[in-house]
Amino acid sequence: MQSLKEKMMHTALLLLTERKVDAVLGFQRGTIPMMSHPILIRHPERADQLHWDSFCSTNLANYLPQRKERIAIFAKGCDSRNIVLQILENQIKREQLYIIGVPCQGMLDRRKVQAELNGRELLGVRETSQHLHLLGEGFMDSLERTSYLQENCAICTHRNAAIYDELLAEPVSEQEGVDRYEDVRAIEAMTAQERWSYFEKLLAPCIRCYACRNACPMCYCPVCFVDESMPQWLGKSLDPTDTKTFHFLRAYHLAGRCTDCGNCERACPMSIKVRQLTKKLEKDIAELYGYEAGLSLDQPPPLDTYRPDDPQEFIR
Amino acid sequence: MVDRLIKKTEVADLVNRLLEKYRVYAPVRQQDMANFQEISTADQVDLSLANTTLSPKSIMLPHSESMFEFTLDKTANQAGILREVETDHTPRVIFGIRPCDAKAFQLLDLNFDTPAYKDPWWVKRRQITTIVGLGCNAPCATCFCTSVGSGPFATEGMDLLLIDGEDEFIIQVITAKGHELLNDLGIQAEPSREKKDMVTALQESSLQSIKSVVPTDSLKHHEATALFSADFWEEVQFACINCGVCTFVCPTCWCFDIQDEVSKSNGIRLRNWDSCMFPLFTLHGSGHNPRSQKLQRLRQRFMHKLKYFVDKYDSGVACVGCGRCVQQCPVNIDIRQVFLLMNDFKV
Repeated sequence: MQSLKEKMMHTALLLLTERKVDAVLGFQRGTIPMMSHPILIRHPERADQLHWDSFCSTNLANYLPQRKERIAIFAKGCDSRNIVLQILENQIKREQLYIIGVPCQGMLDRRKVQAELNGRELLGVRETSQHLHLLGEGFMDSLERTSYLQENCAICTHRNAAIYDELLAEPVSEQEGVDRYEDVRAIEAMTAQERWSYFEKLLAPCIRCYACRNACPMCYCPVCFVDESMPQWLGKSLDPTDTKTFHFLRAYHLAGRCTDCGNCERACPMSIKVRQLTKKLEKDIAELYGYEAGLSLDQPPPLDTYRPDDPQEFIR
Repeated sequence: MVDRLIKKTEVADLVNRLLEKYRVYAPVRQQDMANFQEISTADQVDLSLANTTLSPKSIMLPHSESMFEFTLDKTANQAGILREVETDHTPRVIFGIRPCDAKAFQLLDLNFDTPAYKDPWWVKRRQITTIVGLGCNAPCATCFCTSVGSGPFATEGMDLLLIDGEDEFIIQVITAKGHELLNDLGIQAEPSREKKDMVTALQESSLQSIKSVVPTDSLKHHEATALFSADFWEEVQFACINCGVCTFVCPTCWCFDIQDEVSKSNGIRLRNWDSCMFPLFTLHGSGHNPRSQKLQRLRQRFMHKLKYFVDKYDSGVACVGCGRCVQQCPVNIDIRQVFLLMNDFKV
């Protein structure tokens, strides 16, 4: 049986040779273990550079806004939902895209794996369907894959693409009975003072590199409010108020638009759990509007639309 | 100068004695990360850490620093005057810095401490700091220090170098300042011949273990304009998300921005880290941005490190091979591959 990687190469080769698309957006094997590198392939002879493993977690939709050519994109469940949102928000046209759904078993968290190494250096990884094998100088450890999923993947309920032109493999079964908001409820249960302290501690390590923002497929504003200089809305130092303002406003801007792809958290060099903010807004949107972002091209995000029966209790 | 010796069991005591006289910065484990920070007790120090998440550059060049304060109140007697904000200039020690990071301070001297320009904050901080390095017995797979003029036991930028010799550290004395610190602490023991031989063997095997090599020999011979216009930038830039991770974790990225912040009538003038990855970095007052595109910004970072710096100072590349950007770039843009593309570039 062909592996997903081989299928990707085959599909890309076909699409490029038959000139159905101008380019294929996928992954290349990373230069270090547990890393992958997004690439745009234009020539059929380079289709064999494509790679797929459990560390292809970057959300490729991040590379789509404002592109002009016809693109084939390999889309996990989350990528596909961000594509839906980008189409709804006029960042890319549906007819430009050839979406190849990649059923996803959840991506692995390199930091969780790193923590198992206790300072030993990882030289390579091998994967089987249930296990991740870690290879290094004088050791080979085997880890149970499901224990090392990225946190967003562990609670994901949309592992298959929401829209696609072709599926790379049979859909995987979706996780059921998942409690997506256990951590959010714990924060909601805090007193206002406790909650404030919690957020202060959460965001204290931030170095304002904006990796979370730039990794986000929905952060495509031509000029972000933190980069406005006339007027300048926000200080540039590590002042805690400015830093919190950035994070809170960024999260609010994602209300009803976040698919919890986890790209923000994964990109953060300081391992800040920034999803704690976006998940609360995701929960609010689900409760108020019964809406999950990016599942259908017929459902624009609720904050972009008006319905006479929109809930308004919270306005008072 | 003669080497000295200290038992590992005595290191905590040594650090505690340093703390009596100095402010001490050392690598500390912080939940999921490790970073340099000012310590208050010896048990915070963790010398087993390979490379800290952030480089220790903020010890010399703080991420955000208040330089001056001023008032907007025209009736105040200090009206119109920039007053320098007082900074703690009591002596301090950086303990356990790796050779790559220590070398980075020397490279930054080329910018902040020149015959023509002396950045007073930088120069003062350099003067009050004694640097105690720690050799690398087990370099990481992403370390390429030996290709860029450093090495696992290089002493550039250090006053003392600790070399791990199992139960003991051999202390190499590099400068008079380091010598003074040792005498001050009363560390007199000297390593035996056998110990020295053992350490030499350790150093040799560590050096051999560095497999990551980048070419630099042709960088200075290329035409800057030809490199600038090279086709490969298009491909290198594709995956870049233009965040500031590489520049902020880098020990040799020194760019900063100066801003005034005012609250009521009190103002401060701040110097903050900036990043050539950010569009705002080059935005002109006119609204024009000469580096409005991602490709231009990414190219600037690599051209500055591997070409402009080389041409301007003739002191090698502005990279010490610590591998932090390699490990932490969210989309795996690997500077080692850019070395290869730039060095082996053919018109």
